[in-house]
Amino acid sequence: MSDPVFGRLDWRVTPFDDFWRNPTANEAVASGAALVVILGAVAVAWFLTSRRLWRPLWRDWLTSADHKKIGIMYVVLAGVMFLRAVAEGFVMRTHQVTALDGGFLSPDHFAQLFSTHGTIMIFFVATPLITGLINFVVPLQIGARDMAFPVMNQVSLGLTAAGAGLVMISLVVGQFGTGGWTMYPPYTGATFSPGPGVDYWIWAIGISGIGSTLSGINFAVTIYKMRAPGVRFLRMPMFTWTALTTAIMMVYAFPPLTVSNAMLALDRYLDFHFFTNDLGGNMMHYANIFWMFGHPEVYIVVLPAYGVFSEISSTFAAKRLYGYNSLVIATLAIAVISFCVWLHHFFTMGQGASVNAAFGIATMIIAVPTGVKVYDWLATLYEGRIRMSVPIIYLTGFFILFVFGGLTGVILANPTLDYQVHNSQFLVAHFHNVLIPGTLFGVFAGIHYWFPKAFGFRLDERLARRAAYLWFAGFCLAFLPLYWLGLMGMPRRAASYENAAFESVMWLTFAGAVIVLAALGTMIWTFVASARNRAALACPIGDPWDGRSLEWATAAPAPEWNFAATPEVEALDPFTIEKAEGEPYQPAECYEDIEVPRNTAMGVVIGGLTGVMGFALVWWMWWLAALALAGVVAAIVARAFVTDTHQRIGADELRQAHRDFLDRVAATEPVNRDLEMTSRNRGRADPEAPA
Amino acid sequence: MSENVHPGINLGASHGEAHHGSERTAFGFWIFLMSDLVIFGILFATYVVMRPNLAGGPGPSELYDLKSIAKQTGLLLASSFTFGLVSLSMKYGSRTGAVAFWLVITAALGTGFLYLEIKDFARMAGDGGIPQRSGFLSSLWALVGLHGLHLVAGLAWIGVMLALITARGLSDAVKSRLLLLGLYWHFLDLIWIGIFSVVFLGGMA
Ligand SMILES: [Cu+2]
Repeated sequence: MSDPVFGRLDWRVTPFDDFWRNPTANEAVASGAALVVILGAVAVAWFLTSRRLWRPLWRDWLTSADHKKIGIMYVVLAGVMFLRAVAEGFVMRTHQVTALDGGFLSPDHFAQLFSTHGTIMIFFVATPLITGLINFVVPLQIGARDMAFPVMNQVSLGLTAAGAGLVMISLVVGQFGTGGWTMYPPYTGATFSPGPGVDYWIWAIGISGIGSTLSGINFAVTIYKMRAPGVRFLRMPMFTWTALTTAIMMVYAFPPLTVSNAMLALDRYLDFHFFTNDLGGNMMHYANIFWMFGHPEVYIVVLPAYGVFSEISSTFAAKRLYGYNSLVIATLAIAVISFCVWLHHFFTMGQGASVNAAFGIATMIIAVPTGVKVYDWLATLYEGRIRMSVPIIYLTGFFILFVFGGLTGVILANPTLDYQVHNSQFLVAHFHNVLIPGTLFGVFAGIHYWFPKAFGFRLDERLARRAAYLWFAGFCLAFLPLYWLGLMGMPRRAASYENAAFESVMWLTFAGAVIVLAALGTMIWTFVASARNRAALACPIGDPWDGRSLEWATAAPAPEWNFAATPEVEALDPFTIEKAEGEPYQPAECYEDIEVPRNTAMGVVIGGLTGVMGFALVWWMWWLAALALAGVVAAIVARAFVTDTHQRIGADELRQAHRDFLDRVAATEPVNRDLEMTSRNRGRADPEAPA
Repeated sequence: MSENVHPGINLGASHGEAHHGSERTAFGFWIFLMSDLVIFGILFATYVVMRPNLAGGPGPSELYDLKSIAKQTGLLLASSFTFGLVSLSMKYGSRTGAVAFWLVITAALGTGFLYLEIKDFARMAGDGGIPQRSGFLSSLWALVGLHGLHLVAGLAWIGVMLALITARGLSDAVKSRLLLLGLYWHFLDLIWIGIFSVVFLGGMA
């Protein structure tokens, strides 16, 4: 029987307590991590208090329904989680150096590490990174004022943050599950994993998954219904195309996750028999449903990165995107095929040869549209006047590494070969080899590309280049040796190994992990140093790279209303055409009153309450969970009665702001490409004739 | 008003501001319903997969009461019809009283459905048909239960709409929400047709 008030929560669930009783290195690492979480929270609170930043934080950020701010908050959230997940990867690599017949971490602790590392990287780094980027960029690219549902957008962020918060709390209160990021039953059922660990995963993923579904709906409606006049489907920038595709995939892929998650919860909490060993459960069904989400998810996070690569290859080569239509078709083809291959994740679970063959072939077919894309980017760069800026460095790294990773994917898609290497380090090498260059490099490139639009100043080029090279080197050293380890038979997720030949390779990958840490440090330093030097890096006019699509036509940082008057578009790359043929930066013919959503606390309230509910459910505090759920329902109902949801911005104010902006433009000296990296670049490009 | 009548629910003058505003929401709600349909689709598939996994427990022939199911179906179909009357009274003349009246009737029919469904569940549980008994029963309770939960949410939504109508009459925002509620209610009907055919008729076959 659990306590009626505190459920199964008591004071002995923190790692400090274990460290007190049994002060080993293993417990020291666990306690240290918990301490970092607590100290980090205290430090942030102290910083906000001492600088008197609580009120601006609340007013300008947390309650804002501006898509640009929500996008930035998504990226910041993902960044915090990224720090933790990289640190975990580093600890795991350190452990593996010592893991010949043992290692300094307990097997259980190691299992928690790879479980949280994977969970965080997929759900709280990759997904919010691309969600944030889409949020920030898409309305600007299609000439819209905001998302279709700005408040729901805020709620989505709140739900994602609640899930991330639960994973962070699990470091301090109790433990996380040990079933990997996929949490396969029956191991994660109540019989074999009775503690709160799996429940942390269930509620973190369940809550944030609903947030992602809502984001998908929001993006899709925004792109379908809110394009400015003339932005036809085949005039949308490629990034918007990939965002639309990702949105549709989110709408269809996250529900299966919600279902498998809910069924696992029913098994654990109410003793249902979906995935249990006994009484007619079918554990294979879990893998089946989970990967209906899991495989498309790979493309949900990778397609927007493809979109970034399309944008930057054309901008930094100063050429029209080669094969625009084929890129659109390839994007859609990837989206469709990605829903037809989920079974390759369990070739070895006994479904028979013909089924395996069908799914193996389907999997290999994805390489075709992906190849089309790579050729299109190469052709875009071909004979362009390329500037080797940071985004293009990431693109180059992507070309080399991702093609290699894709080829190993084709190997894995062959069921007979998969039988040899499944569940080995080969697989670990493969998916890091596609997801890091594919998603992370893409998002990094995108962050460097759009950072000036968000904050009004460029990032320090020299430092950022250094970070990019370090990422490339660290990645190669840390992950490519795993192919060899896998082929030599080292299983994934193993806390220790017996083959002494592995040890030297572990030192190699450890060196890679050190370089990755250095890359991360350099990257953070890039942000800090650039912020300090922002006067010299400022580009308030908003077009530092001679950009091609609509978002570059407005000031940096973009005003709350994005565009003073709704733009009209007549072709792809409208801003380039305007700069080459017409007169860019003209006053609009007429300005109209607009309405922007008022600040609201809905996102914070719903996110906070669902977070409390998740925590209460993990610890069986039923009364608190019921109370929090009632609060959520009450908040939604109360919101239906609010009428005063918008505020009006008058046409005069818009006209005045736009006139001021145009005056600043006129007073700014245009810079050509050769001076782009100097402090003379104030964001007004001196364009070359478009190719 | 009636001179403006055109296909659709006639929020305001044809293609006016209200129409434009509701288009986004309605489109978004359609997408939401599609993703909800994926959830039900997987639960249907799970039921079909789990159907043979009785694990020695009671099966469809011991548990299903087709007479009660027929009554439930009748009630739910009737409630879909009365929701149609909600939409019609909203379209022709925007009569607040009529809209509220048909909403109440719809809610009453929905409650009747729910009453019979809960009675069925209680009887099944009494006969040993609890979800903890077998994989088959887990999938049955999850699928039919989720539909029931949706119905509870729909009833709560009707309650909120009645309060909104009382507070501000048939404003454009209220009408647009009634449009969504209508989509939702007919969607529940659609899912029930699936449950009726796959779970109950299919289970007995
Ligand atoms: Cu896959």
